[in-house]
Amino acid sequence: MKLRRLKAIAVKEVLQIWRDPRSLMIALLLPFTQMFLLGYGVNLDLKHIPVCTFDREGSQLSQALLKHFQASQYFAIVRNVNSYPEMVAAIDKADCGLAIVIPPDFSERLNDSETASVQAILDGTDDNTANIAFGYAAAVVNGYSSDVQLSWLDRQGRTLQQIQPMVVQSRVWFNEDLESRNFIIPGLVAVIMALVGAQLTSLTISREWERGTMELLISTPVKPSELMFGKLMPYLALGWLDAAFCLALAALWFGVPYRGTLIALFLTTTLFLFVVLSIGYLLSVLIRSQVGASQIALLVTMLPTTLLSGYVFPIDQMPPIIQDITYLIYSRYYVAIVKALFLKGSSIPELLTPILFLVVYAFAVMILAARAFRKRLD
Amino acid sequence: MFARITPIVIKEFIELKRDKWARFRLLVPPIIQMLLFGYAATFEVYHVSTAVLDLDHSQESRELISRFTSSNRLNVVEVAQSQREINSAIDASDAAVALVIHAGFAELLRKGQGAPLQVVVDGTNSNTALIALGYVNTIAAGFAQDYATDLAQRIQGVQGMRQVQVTVEQRPWFNEDLNGRWFFVPGVIGTLTLVIIVNLTAFAIVREREVGTLEQIMVSPIRPAEFILGKTVPFFIIGLGEAALVVAVGILWFQVPFVGNPFVLLLGTMLFLLSTLALGLLISTLCSTQQQAFSMNFFVLNPFFILSGFSFPISSMPQVLQWFTYINPLRYYLVVIRGTFLKGVGLTVLWPELTAMAAIALALLTLSILRFRKSLE
Repeated sequence: MKLRRLKAIAVKEVLQIWRDPRSLMIALLLPFTQMFLLGYGVNLDLKHIPVCTFDREGSQLSQALLKHFQASQYFAIVRNVNSYPEMVAAIDKADCGLAIVIPPDFSERLNDSETASVQAILDGTDDNTANIAFGYAAAVVNGYSSDVQLSWLDRQGRTLQQIQPMVVQSRVWFNEDLESRNFIIPGLVAVIMALVGAQLTSLTISREWERGTMELLISTPVKPSELMFGKLMPYLALGWLDAAFCLALAALWFGVPYRGTLIALFLTTTLFLFVVLSIGYLLSVLIRSQVGASQIALLVTMLPTTLLSGYVFPIDQMPPIIQDITYLIYSRYYVAIVKALFLKGSSIPELLTPILFLVVYAFAVMILAARAFRKRLD
Repeated sequence: MFARITPIVIKEFIELKRDKWARFRLLVPPIIQMLLFGYAATFEVYHVSTAVLDLDHSQESRELISRFTSSNRLNVVEVAQSQREINSAIDASDAAVALVIHAGFAELLRKGQGAPLQVVVDGTNSNTALIALGYVNTIAAGFAQDYATDLAQRIQGVQGMRQVQVTVEQRPWFNEDLNGRWFFVPGVIGTLTLVIIVNLTAFAIVREREVGTLEQIMVSPIRPAEFILGKTVPFFIIGLGEAALVVAVGILWFQVPFVGNPFVLLLGTMLFLLSTLALGLLISTLCSTQQQAFSMNFFVLNPFFILSGFSFPISSMPQVLQWFTYINPLRYYLVVIRGTFLKGVGLTVLWPELTAMAAIALALLTLSILRFRKSLE
């Protein structure tokens, strides 16, 4: 490999990028706008879940329970219904995701020192929302239950501990406020970089074929590996710029805490860029039409990256076969690295496994790409 | 008029028949995507890896731990010997939940003095953490409840001591087991149709423009509206076929129940297809090369996909983005699909969504036809 030839290719590629402002704009604007738009859209936190109440008793005690729901920031009581069909209609129309039904003997049971039970009717269409809404509802009802117990014990002259032998003290690490944005946005950076990176280089060789300039290139003494590195370098610079944009937005605009070192972020991001750029390059070598190459690039990056990288859907919840497949998804490693760097502040030795996987991936793809390129016109 | 449209329709189908690559694109990716979504997309939380540290070694602490071990929600992967091991298990993501029982647990428990169970949760994935924490609380509450009843009986000798409390029963409708697949699989019908139809339409017209055959067609006696109709009818039919294929995989392979009226779904699908065709047409008028159409599609479709309620609840988005979802046909179509599949609701409930889709389709079609005419001049 000669540095002079490598440099010549790189300069040529830079000029080509520079003189095609439209593509350059896409390369720079696309990640920015997507990050901005999607950063707000990807959010699993639930607040103000619309609630219907069906108070079949209408007593002081039942109303007190509903007040607890009203006071919770997770719920917004949107309607008080008076009949069962009315409640069914509200759930059918998705006017509310949760209906609280208080039985007619609610206060009677409590006054008799018995267990009173309320029903939480959930719109199970969205299972995750239903699950979380029920968790919050259970917390509200538990809070109310302790209030009732306290006043009951007070009347009996006893203390709460007699019925609370155990307390759960929970602490949340790394993402203390349990904000979904804090884990989705670092993953989103990885997804956007995977998509944009492969798009950038997926055209670089097919364009030469389509425009007929490949014949010229082949007649020069340039070697396949020089061509590859020469072509990758300018895009690496673009990739750095895009990544810096996205990461800065994540940390500064969206306020995701960054706890790692910058050098670790720089090194791992560069490694990941090498992987995605060389995958785009490989596709470009294999497929000689521009549209074909970029379509395949999107096909092999978009779906696996969004679904199988673990950026929203946890990998350990997938069936074993799918989990095995995710080892082939290079974004998986970078998603894990970025999340760990942001939230856990992990150091490079702690991230050694995903880094090694990325190194192997980068070498394998680059060797394949350099081999696949033949200086032949057929 | 029909005499001029039919040849275009036939031409389009012949082109498709001869294009092996296009046929591949129509059949294979949808099925792969459907399978991937069906298996990989889930927010359900089972078998959360759990580390346990029992410093009490009492009968009570062992019983508490066995309650966690026997739950299929938590999976005890590590029995630690020290607090440090617990910390490193969470740091290294070997465990997402850690339970710590300190020495003296049983004693406090017996005295009824609020024995602490310490729970550490890796909050990195906030959704999993939230749900896992809910399970831990439920299991712990069950244990505490049983123990309290037991204790009251022993201390006070009261048989079946009555206890005042309020409990809540979980009653999920439409999806009793809260199966995540039932939520995602029907949704894929919408996202797949959107991506495939917009791509097909945009590319078909841009290709004619790029290759130069568009001019040939324009010198023929066909009118622009007729050309558009001839171009879109085949894609409309293909779209219906794609939707049927995906619905079949969902019902037959993934066993998602379909309890509603198929004709309501068909009506919704047709209205949705009209909007996607118009969107594809609109994109084609903004691009002169297939390459541009490709970038444009990506640029437009990704937000449509994310801001539709497909996986992220619309009600959690900021107000401005919520406004945007009102012009997103996929938003309405997803309500129609999930409504007909799981809820079994009909026109009386879904008419607002169907009307909105019809309005969007009409607006987009008018806009795209006007723009298309202009782009020919």
